[in-house]
Amino acid sequence: MKAARLARRNVLHRPLETGLSVLLLAFGVGIISLMLLMQRSLTEDLDRNIKDIDLVLGAKGSPLQLILANVYHVDVPTGNIALADARKIMRHPYIEEAIPLAYGDNYELFRIVGTEPSYPAHYNAEIAEGKMFEAAFEVVIGQEVAAATGLNIGDTFYSAHGLTDGTDVHRDKAYTVVGTFDRTGAVIDQLILTPIASVWGVHEDVEDADEEITAVLLKKKNPLAILTLPNLLRDTPMQVALPAIEMNRLTQQFGIGLQTLRAVALLIMGLSFISVFIALFASLRDRRYELALLRTMGAPPRRLFALVLFEGLWMTVAGIAAGLLLSRLGVMALGQVLEDRFHYEVTQLVPVPGEFVLAAAALLVGAVAAGIPARSALRIDISNTLGQGR
Amino acid sequence: MLKTQGLRYQYAGADTALAFPDLHMDKGDELLLLGASGTGKTTLLHLVAGMRTPTAGSVTLAGAPFSALNTAQRDQTRGKHMGIVFQTAHFVRSLTVGENLALARSLAGCSPDAAVIEGLLQELGLGHKLNARVDALSVGEQQRVSIARAVVHGPGLILADEPTSALDDANTDAVLTLLRNQAKRTGAALLVVTHDQRLKDRMSQHVELNPTS
Repeated sequence: MKAARLARRNVLHRPLETGLSVLLLAFGVGIISLMLLMQRSLTEDLDRNIKDIDLVLGAKGSPLQLILANVYHVDVPTGNIALADARKIMRHPYIEEAIPLAYGDNYELFRIVGTEPSYPAHYNAEIAEGKMFEAAFEVVIGQEVAAATGLNIGDTFYSAHGLTDGTDVHRDKAYTVVGTFDRTGAVIDQLILTPIASVWGVHEDVEDADEEITAVLLKKKNPLAILTLPNLLRDTPMQVALPAIEMNRLTQQFGIGLQTLRAVALLIMGLSFISVFIALFASLRDRRYELALLRTMGAPPRRLFALVLFEGLWMTVAGIAAGLLLSRLGVMALGQVLEDRFHYEVTQLVPVPGEFVLAAAALLVGAVAAGIPARSALRIDISNTLGQGR
Repeated sequence: MLKTQGLRYQYAGADTALAFPDLHMDKGDELLLLGASGTGKTTLLHLVAGMRTPTAGSVTLAGAPFSALNTAQRDQTRGKHMGIVFQTAHFVRSLTVGENLALARSLAGCSPDAAVIEGLLQELGLGHKLNARVDALSVGEQQRVSIARAVVHGPGLILADEPTSALDDANTDAVLTLLRNQAKRTGAALLVVTHDQRLKDRMSQHVELNPTS
């Protein structure tokens, strides 16, 4: 019988001690792995949505809010800006591409965004079925919208005023679905896109001021744009915000909470190794006679060392495996919550590089925690031990 | 099979060394070592088994020097050539009866032959205990399983340390008969160490250990 197999039988023979050690390690590894997966998913998602957007032009207010509302479509916009004013920036020589966005309404809480075909093109969103919107009140919907609302090509619907409420329905003009986008993984999946003219059309009766838009996504041609544009806007009701910088600030705010969580997880992992260590030591005291017996049956000291080491490694590996499984269940559960509440998709289940480091580190510490009791198994005096047996 | 020469052992802190008579056993021999407590009979058994290193003298096993080997070599040689029955039966508790016997075979370098194990258990009236947990056995059954474990790999020398001290007359007879039969069957030498005077009349060859010897 191989030492590894006997080790497995031995740890299974002590289900409570083994269970506690495995459980503690599973939670430690699970929390850290969950954080790694979420972090990866979040970073990928944030980056995917920022995709080459260097600047966002919009109404003055919180720059972070401007970014969240217009790049990620999660916050309310800072306000509207006059299209005529925005055009001056959009046509600035330092700007390569400018995508206007105009917000107003929602359908079943999915945002209707007035824009130009350059917006889906920017995210490489291809038409899955139907065609791109052309005339006012034609819409193309993202995959998530299609799945959630059941809207099909040719269907019509009325929009509800604002972004978060479905009660105040505009009954005057109906939107018509003319196409759907392929899944992009970006926020477009959750949007209903239409020409800007539709948004203006709906609100004609409310305000007949100059044509307004909500924001413009800008791609710079010249790096100086980042320095020049804020100056140009100083005396206007407009501002430009940098998505990369704002999101960096945001993730740093998260960072403190994440660091605390990570510290707690490391603490739990530390406890689990102490628990492995104690479980093995206690079992050794309990099994001195058994180990001495193995020696008399022909197992040299190094085999006892291997046996105890394997027992520790077995618990460690079980803990790591359970932890990685736990974190994936966590991602699925959290992903469901995030998707239900924020229409935000988390699908990161593939191992991230950090997890390999985590598993390797846990295995190493587990080996050390088992190695110390294993060393004491080397030093058992079989004659004294078996002599005490009476 | 076994030869000891001028064996002496001095415990740390003891004034004098224990000196032991020389032993010589061939295959199929039986020998009873009788001695009251304090005569060092367990010490002698452990010296013979290579579980202790003698202060002086030597143990030769199957024609090769045994006591001069290093710890790991002695462990492996012992596992291969000896089967030991201890006073109290102990087992690897995570394994079943059958697996304990298979372990003894594999540590001795034999294949864990299921037919041999089952046959042996049948012979000892323990056939139905093959898959039993060792802690579920009665004391008598445990002693029989430990005899099975001592012979399952066909050793040349069977050592028994006080195998009957906890047993009544009937069981003492049964256990001794079992040990002798198994030794005879495999052609092994049988060395029994005991203070149990009941065994004196049952075994032909015996050596008495004296405190002063």
